[in-house]
Amino acid sequence: MIPAPFDYVRPARVEDALRLLAEHGEDAKVLAGGHSLLPIMKLRLAAPALLVDVGRLDALRHIRIEGEDVAIGALTRHADLVSSPVLRAEVPLLPDVAALVGDQQIRNRGTIGGSLVHGDPAADLPAAVLALGATLVLQGPGGERRVAATEFFTGFLQTSTAPDELLVEIRVPRCPDAPWGYQKFVRRANDWAVVAAAAVDGRVALAGMAQTPVRAAATEEALTAGASPAEAAALADRDTSPTADLQASEAYRRHLARLLTRRALGGARGRA
Amino acid sequence: MSLIGARVVRNEDPLFLTRGATYTEDVVDERLSGALHVTFVRSPVAHARITGIDTGEAQQAPGVVAVVTGADLAALPGIPPIGPQAAMAQPLLATDVVRFVGEPVAVVVTEERYQGEDAAALVFVDFDPLPVVIDPRAAARDEVLLFPEVGTNTAMEHDWKNQPSADLFDGCDVVVSREIINQRLAPAPLEVRSTAATVTDDGRLTAWVSNQGAQVTQRELSGALDLPREQVHIITPDVGGGFGAKMGADPEHVVVAWLARHLGRPVRWVETRWENLVAMTHGRGQVQTITIGGRRDGRVLAYRLEVLQDCGAYPRFGTFLPALTRMMAPGVYDIPRLESRGRSVVTNATPVGAYRGAGRPEAAAAIERAMDLFAAEIGMDPTEVRRVNLMPAFDRERVTLAGAHYDTGDYPGALDRVLAAAGYQDLRREQAQRRERGDVVQLGIGISVYVEITGPAMEAGGPRENATVEVNPDGTATVLTGTSPHGQGHATAWAMLVSEELGIPVDRITVLHGDTDLVPAGGGTAGSRSLQQGGAAVQQAARELVEVARRRAAELLEAEPDDVVVDTARRGVAVRGAPHAWLSFADLAGREPLAVHTVFQAPGPTFPFGAHVAVVDVDTESGRVVLRRLVAVDDAGTVLNPLLAEGQRHGGLAQGAAQALFEEVVYDPDGNPQTSTLATYPFLSATELPAFELVDMATPTPHNPLGAKGIGESGTIGSTPAIQNAVVDALSHLGVRHIDLPATPQRVWEALGSGSGMRSGSASGGAV
Amino acid sequence: MEVKVTVNGVARRDDVEPRLLLVHYLREVVGLRATNVGCDTSSCGACTVHLDGEAVKSCTVLAVQADGCEVTTLEGLAGDDGSRLHPVQAAFRAEHGLQCGFCTPGMVMAATALLRSNPHPSEREVREGLEGNFCRCTGYHNIVRAVLAAAAAGAEVPE
Repeated sequence: MIPAPFDYVRPARVEDALRLLAEHGEDAKVLAGGHSLLPIMKLRLAAPALLVDVGRLDALRHIRIEGEDVAIGALTRHADLVSSPVLRAEVPLLPDVAALVGDQQIRNRGTIGGSLVHGDPAADLPAAVLALGATLVLQGPGGERRVAATEFFTGFLQTSTAPDELLVEIRVPRCPDAPWGYQKFVRRANDWAVVAAAAVDGRVALAGMAQTPVRAAATEEALTAGASPAEAAALADRDTSPTADLQASEAYRRHLARLLTRRALGGARGRA
Repeated sequence: MSLIGARVVRNEDPLFLTRGATYTEDVVDERLSGALHVTFVRSPVAHARITGIDTGEAQQAPGVVAVVTGADLAALPGIPPIGPQAAMAQPLLATDVVRFVGEPVAVVVTEERYQGEDAAALVFVDFDPLPVVIDPRAAARDEVLLFPEVGTNTAMEHDWKNQPSADLFDGCDVVVSREIINQRLAPAPLEVRSTAATVTDDGRLTAWVSNQGAQVTQRELSGALDLPREQVHIITPDVGGGFGAKMGADPEHVVVAWLARHLGRPVRWVETRWENLVAMTHGRGQVQTITIGGRRDGRVLAYRLEVLQDCGAYPRFGTFLPALTRMMAPGVYDIPRLESRGRSVVTNATPVGAYRGAGRPEAAAAIERAMDLFAAEIGMDPTEVRRVNLMPAFDRERVTLAGAHYDTGDYPGALDRVLAAAGYQDLRREQAQRRERGDVVQLGIGISVYVEITGPAMEAGGPRENATVEVNPDGTATVLTGTSPHGQGHATAWAMLVSEELGIPVDRITVLHGDTDLVPAGGGTAGSRSLQQGGAAVQQAARELVEVARRRAAELLEAEPDDVVVDTARRGVAVRGAPHAWLSFADLAGREPLAVHTVFQAPGPTFPFGAHVAVVDVDTESGRVVLRRLVAVDDAGTVLNPLLAEGQRHGGLAQGAAQALFEEVVYDPDGNPQTSTLATYPFLSATELPAFELVDMATPTPHNPLGAKGIGESGTIGSTPAIQNAVVDALSHLGVRHIDLPATPQRVWEALGSGSGMRSGSASGGAV
Repeated sequence: MEVKVTVNGVARRDDVEPRLLLVHYLREVVGLRATNVGCDTSSCGACTVHLDGEAVKSCTVLAVQADGCEVTTLEGLAGDDGSRLHPVQAAFRAEHGLQCGFCTPGMVMAATALLRSNPHPSEREVREGLEGNFCRCTGYHNIVRAVLAAAAAGAEVPE
């Protein structure tokens, strides 16, 4: 219920934050909204010696059109994604997905950056950015580095963010006219997804079907080859590795992946 | 204008809504200043021998004042077990063996609260693992024994040795038998357990406890500490829910009290939610074998119920539940032949206690499932089958084959009302249309008709409760009650009863409870006893006070006592026909204390009843079940305050729905709890529930002048089977006959996949 | 570490451990005990307060993160002397939207925030808006009625 003791620092600038991360390495953790990190610290599943609070770095809080992309600062809160007119116009999948994250209180604090770096395969935003073909912008001692979403999630709660790096921005290709759908299957309203399927512009990403969010490659290939959404969706669980747990058996997860993909491809939105 | 039946808003609320109530953690009292903080060290394994406890590092940790293990408490006997197996007593702190994950093994006391978790992490316990038994069916085979010296896992038998008779079902055209589960649940009140204790200047142990009955807590705590009862003073602050699991003393309460005496300093304890979900007693936990037989015309001839009760690691109140389940086994039906037996066994899981309904939801779920299985077997509408078998309405005592003395009931009337309110025929039409179209989302309609037992005796001497009513010279009144509200609104309800008799306004009447110095006797609040016993006592005391006032006034006014009548408009008594000759209660109190203490003795428990209709949408592709409507008739006799009664019904309906569709305590095969947070234990939010549709019905009981039975648990009892039946009903045209509780999406999907419908589907992991 | 927080309009300066949760800061340092702790996993919402005008779960915010911010708790919602109930508080009483009262402070704070952003919610929107606040006693029925009643009474009160 109470985290182990730690030191806390709140740098005023991104450069200061990076310097602290470089200095302390694995002993330091970045605190953004805190709604992925603090819960695991309270359960004492993580006990960093230093928290680097980047929550006031306003330079990392924006949603703006930059050429072909919408550039989203990593500290943008879920609530801000939900209410953004730019996103509603340019990337309508994203506000819809963000509205399903947790509850109103969680959305007022949690950030897109925090959620992505946490890398929970059952979370909504990792699957969404994967489906959107987003690019993650990292900043470190060596400068800026861009990583495609397809390369970013490397394992269970692991991303390619180095200990001395900060995720600063997410760049999402504008797709105002692309058909899209999102289906999230939960037991209760503010649960993590048992399985979720995000479909946009011929790409499909799944939450809850592997150690990371995954693209339903077989479904995407079938669609490209001219298969109907129903036929393509039947392949959604190919090459996935769903686990059996309290929420669902492996067989049930595979079934949900196929079902939710079919519905998302049909433009369905919200909780399944 | 009578207050009986009036929607009076609560006296409690202005403070609750502005400053908040004062729960045990909120108590600020000079007797607790400088209090130390208590943190328990708990077993991470389900069954093991303790080979060593190393407290050295913990003792050196910042702020640590003491580290205590079971060896320090060896002189105390622990929590006495329910049932005959004395050796199965739950220790205060485990010494040789741990028997469930979460069992307390040691305790650290620190100056500050945050230091407690740090220090507890430094207590190192060595365990030698033992085999684990989680499923009560496995425990009943006595292969893995929790108490080898006892030689069995059976904590209590309920006529278990009565073999089922071979001819019980003679003459039946159809017999259906099935093993069904009534799953283990976590009561999970929003306020977890909390205690603060100190030795006060008078040498007594004074403890603030979040509990459901101060006098029961006093008795159990003093017994466990081997102290005379008068040496223990219990104070009950506001309590954030109990649901049966905060009655009496748990090991933690005893340890905290012991620490206060041992250290000579005040101590405070509040558990974390994880601790609450693994170490507060659980509810339900029965494996039931139901067998029902009858004729094709719908008449049920015989019913057999066998109950295997999961007690968890130590026999607490759960051990006794099969007795209540058996007593209510036939429910509302007039079944000519009945047999039941039960057995309570220990397992390597959290001990089981009382939880809203305590034994009666289990009975209703069993008979209502049996009726639907029978109906499906003979191809008859489930409401028609019930009609054929319901006991007709009765207004004098009926003794059932199970030995229960039902007081009054009108089960056919309840069924009629709920079906009309639900629009039953329209629902069947909609269902038929969806079936014909082959809609993905099918409609399910489920019925239950139930009766339950409320107002048990809390101690020897029969069901009773005491009350004191006093009028103060300033015109206010004070009530002392032996009940112990934790959300039920007694401060308002008892004030209404006094106001009805005396005319003093409700908001000028203060109700006190829960302090053993003020109220030395009492049964607390459980088993839906409070209005029918505690309220009856308050009413009786108020009426007796009027009699005292009349006699005193007669003397003072030089009138005949028979000529002095109560005058509620003027809050006093007056001479009949001479309105200028009157005295207010306040006036009388100013001359001489005006107080009455009385005991109301109930002739026995009462039997509220009702009928529920549940309507569900079932997505046949995903298995998702949405509860669309829950229509409920809950008849608990006279309603004192409909606002409060409706609130109790709503809360019960929600918990019943949670059991039907969501909640379940799950263990892995090694006994590790899988549902030990509110993220993993699917506690419902508002999104999962509809608005409820309540239908009023009030069949009074002769057992008390109010005519009131107990409403608190009724909603829980009727709704679980109605919803379970609805889910099965949605899929019955596809051959599904049964789905176990909770009817999760995966269970529904599996039932659909199996096609033949007789498989009930399995949960992911875990126990009953 | 020093934190400067304005709580219910009163500016404060306190020295706290970095790991001190905002809910414990409010309860034990400031002495405002209406806000409750109900769980360990940011699930139940009993700890809901307003941080710079928005509903947050104070068990998942460090006191140090609230440095320079304004916090409003249940105690700060009513009129200055506590005599004038906020419309949401009044509606909770009228509709019997509380029984044991433990979830109530967080529920009222969540409800007022909900109505500020959506002054005329449907029943579904109320239920979904309160999905982060658990209640064991009421079955939510009267809580939903209370919030709808407060909305109908025009419950928008400036922060």
